[in-house]
Amino acid sequence: MLDLDLLSRPDAKDSFNPKESFNPKESNATKQHEEFILTEIDRALVMATQEGLPVSERPYQVIGEEVGITEDEVICRLEKMLEHGIIRRIAVIPNHYRIGFKANGMTVWNVKDEDIKRLGRQIGELPYVSHCYQRPRHEPYWSYNLFAMVHGTERAQVEERAEKLKAILGNSCLGNQILYSSKILKKTGMRLTKKTDPENPGDK
Amino acid sequence: MSRVMNELDKKLINLLQDGFPLTARPFLTVSQQLAEMGVEASEAEIMQRIQALLDEGTLSRFGPMYQAERMGGGLTLAAMKVEEEDYERVNEQVNAFSEVAHNYRREHELNMWFVLATETPEGIAECIEEMEAKTGYHVFNMPKEEEFYVGLRFAL
Repeated sequence: MLDLDLLSRPDAKDSFNPKESFNPKESNATKQHEEFILTEIDRALVMATQEGLPVSERPYQVIGEEVGITEDEVICRLEKMLEHGIIRRIAVIPNHYRIGFKANGMTVWNVKDEDIKRLGRQIGELPYVSHCYQRPRHEPYWSYNLFAMVHGTERAQVEERAEKLKAILGNSCLGNQILYSSKILKKTGMRLTKKTDPENPGDK
Repeated sequence: MSRVMNELDKKLINLLQDGFPLTARPFLTVSQQLAEMGVEASEAEIMQRIQALLDEGTLSRFGPMYQAERMGGGLTLAAMKVEEEDYERVNEQVNAFSEVAHNYRREHELNMWFVLATETPEGIAECIEEMEAKTGYHVFNMPKEEEFYVGLRFAL
């Protein structure tokens, strides 16, 4: 399962740096917060592409044929959706287990409410944090309100990095844990399902 | 099934995690992008590699990543505390919901963590209610209150 070749490379330990090649096109990095209303064509495009693009010389033409619009229109609508952040990006998503990042630690922190906005931003800026959110607590079962996803080639690396987060949070941190994933149970990406039949544009 | 990635595969994954071109011949554009980096690979070769990486599961997706909330939909992270003897059954029941985008087993009392994406913001509550009725387990809803950073990249 695991790419041992990758793991055994001397530089593999430090090879994960999600922000090194940060794409300025990434939607949440920019401004688009205004509501974007999807047209029926957009919805049909979402339906046709949400499971992925065809690996074909002209994938946008294939999609266009399916939806009933030209290749140019497909490209233009997708560009628009990218601009408005409807699409985060068009890209490949590796299965991180298969490419050697077997340690996937969801680090969770109980941070004092008055400090979380300031500290959350600081944690989000760390190069090895890929996702960082504030979420609600569910006392008494769940007391953590800050989530920071840390990936590494091994657990020791994740733990080393979690220690750095802990140092930044300092006295504002009232408790923390690392939740490792031991299995991917499902990974399909989101799906539009209801009320989206392109044959039935009135069904909305 | 498992196979050691070659140098071209690694270059492709690094490059295409950041973005896939919106051009009429995108794989040709990728071939030109690689050429600029000093890597020679034809359009046909790149297509063949991407298909192979998808088939063998090294890539889990290839295409647009949609943001449910920006489409006026709902999105949340949810967790369940499932007894070991029920785990398989509950997993099947949860995965059967098309609203479940991904689902991870995690080592904690809360041992099932999944993302729900629905077409409307109200859809989240409906889906959770239905899920609780079906599985007999409580669903802990943990919607994001603030996003500090999202940008997942693996440098190979």
